[in-house]
Amino acid sequence: MSEVFFILIAAITIASAIWVVFSSNLIYSAVALLFTLFGVAGLYVFLYADFIAATQVVVYVGGILVLIIFGVMLTNKIADNRISHSSRPRFMAGVISFFIFVLVMTVIFTTTWHTGEEQIATATVNTIGEMILTTYLLPFEVASLVLLAALMGSALLSRKKHG
Amino acid sequence: MDNLTSYLVISGILFSLGIFGVMTRRNGVAILMGIELILNSASLNFVAFNRFGGMHRLDGHVFSIFIIVLAAAEAAVALAIIINLFKNLETVNVDQADSMKG
Repeated sequence: MSEVFFILIAAITIASAIWVVFSSNLIYSAVALLFTLFGVAGLYVFLYADFIAATQVVVYVGGILVLIIFGVMLTNKIADNRISHSSRPRFMAGVISFFIFVLVMTVIFTTTWHTGEEQIATATVNTIGEMILTTYLLPFEVASLVLLAALMGSALLSRKKHG
Repeated sequence: MDNLTSYLVISGILFSLGIFGVMTRRNGVAILMGIELILNSASLNFVAFNRFGGMHRLDGHVFSIFIIVLAAAEAAVALAIIINLFKNLETVNVDQADSMKG
C-alpha cells in the first residue's frame, strides 16, 4: 500500500516539475510548482521528517509560491503571459542538463553509499528545537540576520523613489 | 522502492530539470522557479541521507530548515529586484536588461 503511495507521489512530483520547466504559460508553471512542492512535502513524510514536511507546506506553499504568483501577476498582462523561447539555447541547455543528469545518475548507481541502521519514526520537533538552540545556535542567529537583511533590502528595492 | 537510491534518483531528476529551467527561461520569475526546484532537490537529499545514513541525530533536518529559510529570503529579494526591473525597463526578460553592456 505504501509502495503505491510512494510511486504515486514521486510520479506527481516529477511530472509537475517537468510541467514547471516546459509550460509556456507562467501561471500554469506556478500552479505546477504548487504540485511539485506538495509532492516533495509528501516525500518528506515518507522520510519520517514530519516537521520539515509541515515547514515545507507552510513556508513554500504559503509563502514563496504566493510571492511568485504575485510576481507573475504584477509583471505580466493577463492577456499575454506567454514566454518567448529561442530554440538554439534551448537545445544546448537540454544537452548540458541531460549531461548533468547522466553524471548524477552514474554517481548514484556506482557509489556504495554508507547506510547504517534505519531511523525509526518518531516525532522530530523536540530534537530539532534542541539542536537549533545548542549545536546550531550560531547559524540560527545568522539566519535571523539574513532574514532581517532580506526584509530591509526588498523593502528598499521596491519602494517608490523620491526625487 | 523505499530505499536511499530512489530518493536520490528523484532528487537528481528535480535537479536536472531545475538546471534546464534556469538555462532556458528568459523571464526572471520563471528562472526563480527553476532555482526553487534545485533548492528542493538539495533539501530532499539532506533529509534522505539523514534517514538512511545511520545517523542518530537530525542534522539533515536542521540543514533542510536552513535551506528553506534561505530560499524564502532569496525569493523575497529576487522578486523585489524583478519588480524594480519591470518598473524601470518594462520587461522581465533578463537578457534585455543589458544597459550596462559596453
